[in-house]
Amino acid sequence: MTAMTVAVVGAGPSGTRAVEVLVRAGLRPVWVEEAPATGGRIYQRPPAGTTRSPRDLYGTEGAKAEAIHAAGDRLRAASDWRPGTLAWNIRPGVLDTFRAGRHETVAFDRAILCTGAMERIVPVPGWTLPGVFTLGAAQIALKAQGVAIGSRVAFIGTGPLLWLTATQYLKAGAAVALVLDTTPLRTKARAAAGLLADPATFAKGLALVARLHLAGVRVIEGGTPVALEGTDAVEAVRVRDRRGREHRIACDAVGLGFGLKPESQLADLAGVPFRFEAIERNWVPERDRAGRTPVAGLYLAGDGAGIAGADAAELAGARAAWAVLEDAGAALDAAEIARLDRALARLPRVRAALERAFPYPSALAARTPDATIVCRCEAITAGELRAAARASHVTGGAAEVNRAKAFTRVGMGRCQGRVCGPPAAEILADALGCDVAAVGRLRGQPPVKPIPILAEAAE
Amino acid sequence: MRLVRLADADRPRLAFTLDGAPAEALAGDTLLTAILTNAGHVRASEFGDGNRAGFCWMGVCQDCLVWVDGLGRVRACTTILEPGMAVRRT
Ligand SMILES: Cc1cc2nc3c(=O)[nH]c(=O)nc-3n(C[C@H](O)[C@H](O)[C@H](O)COP(=O)(O)OP(=O)(O)OC[C@H]3O[C@@H](n4cnc5c(N)ncnc54)[C@H](O)[C@@H]3O)c2cc1C
Ligand code: FES
Repeated sequence: MTAMTVAVVGAGPSGTRAVEVLVRAGLRPVWVEEAPATGGRIYQRPPAGTTRSPRDLYGTEGAKAEAIHAAGDRLRAASDWRPGTLAWNIRPGVLDTFRAGRHETVAFDRAILCTGAMERIVPVPGWTLPGVFTLGAAQIALKAQGVAIGSRVAFIGTGPLLWLTATQYLKAGAAVALVLDTTPLRTKARAAAGLLADPATFAKGLALVARLHLAGVRVIEGGTPVALEGTDAVEAVRVRDRRGREHRIACDAVGLGFGLKPESQLADLAGVPFRFEAIERNWVPERDRAGRTPVAGLYLAGDGAGIAGADAAELAGARAAWAVLEDAGAALDAAEIARLDRALARLPRVRAALERAFPYPSALAARTPDATIVCRCEAITAGELRAAARASHVTGGAAEVNRAKAFTRVGMGRCQGRVCGPPAAEILADALGCDVAAVGRLRGQPPVKPIPILAEAAE
Repeated sequence: MRLVRLADADRPRLAFTLDGAPAEALAGDTLLTAILTNAGHVRASEFGDGNRAGFCWMGVCQDCLVWVDGLGRVRACTTILEPGMAVRRT
């Protein structure tokens, strides 16, 4: 049992709690994280020597951030901590990693992947202009670097991150030019009953909205982004309000985002099957509630296994580590496992309500104008995708994103379709008149991210 | 576009070069911050559709690739600035 090597990928809330349980059980896991420090996305750390308090940085979640950071600091010495290390491939029993110019392989008996999430995009015309970032980018800029993405920022999209990021900018002293939520107020109101299953989070959400209104920020709910305009950089956004009236609002930066999707390339490479989650409108890797996948020795936790948020990620990380111990025949804390299982069982209901409150605007994505770039890596437009869909129809080919890839190079670029995948699928499904689930999903390939060419093998 | 420093701006200053010209940023900055507090973009699209300035800031979109002497092609958003780095956008 002490000879068992467990590899944990990711040092966000889920990875941190997973490592904590393993270390307490007397193991010394290999802990691989691409970033230089623990914390993950929500609790990403500020630069050294910051003068901001946890409350300044993480708002209502300040105490949780401190707890995760403290756990991370403690666990670094108790584990084989490998910061700045990208896990770029996974094979049976082996992770291929890259750190400071060197390749290294990490052999493992069991692995827990805690790789987190990234944002889902709708390609609004002009979205490749300098000054347009994801909402997450806007937030990371502020948290991790102390910078705002511009001096007059428009926030466009839907989901909790939209309202949260806009409020964080306001609080940090930035000018917020606009908050446009594509979800109408009545959709959110209808989901309110389900959201009340988690009253604390619901109250925090309402407080964010109230704060923006109080500050006199221009807020449009149920609106539609028409175009992001500018020549060398974004200078204005054109949007339509709920009644169809068009507005042009000057700004020098835009935060854009429409919910999250799992960052699940490693699970894909490991051979975990995926299924389409209709409410979330995401492809998610298959796993049981404890995080076990159909691939022996492979476990998933946190947003990388399906979007559920930071508190859920902590629970899932701990639970997956207990599943590892359970499967290895180690001693168990049955009461603790039962507590985690009860807490995890409550999540799907709140999650479903959140997805209903802030749905991905699939119709907007499907209507992306022909001339608009969908794939930033290869500069492929919506029109080219539609042409590929028609061609595949003519040749009797299957309606599948991976086939469209062969026709158009969409998803063959450096990001492997992480950014364009969801809107590309909506555009293809619409063009083919089929359900988006029938279109399939883009497949990951090693390396999951480009590796600098100067790298030399360590062996 | 330019990034605006709102907090933690009293960190030590670091000198580096951007396309050969002297530039300055702060200790703890990523290359993306260092470049976009000095200039309006990080790269030109190979397909002639204009300049880009990153997008995701979390190492996922790959739309912030720059060259650093001795390191090769790196993601600006996940690479921390070191004193004297020679950063090139083409
Ligand atoms: C940009 C962004 C901002 C967010 N902000 C908030 C917020 O303010 N509030 C909120 O409630 N939720 C936020 N979320 C949602 C967030 O996903 C969860 O709240 C929470 O961070 C999930 O925890 P996690 O442990 O699952 O993943 P994360 O916290 O995302 O941690 C995953 C970690 O794995 C690492 N990693 C991934 N792949 C690899 C690899 N191949 N090799 C090595 N390391 C790897 C990453 O570097 C990262 O540190 C945000 C999400 C994103 C994408
Ligand atoms: S900005 Fe997306 S990878 Fe750097």
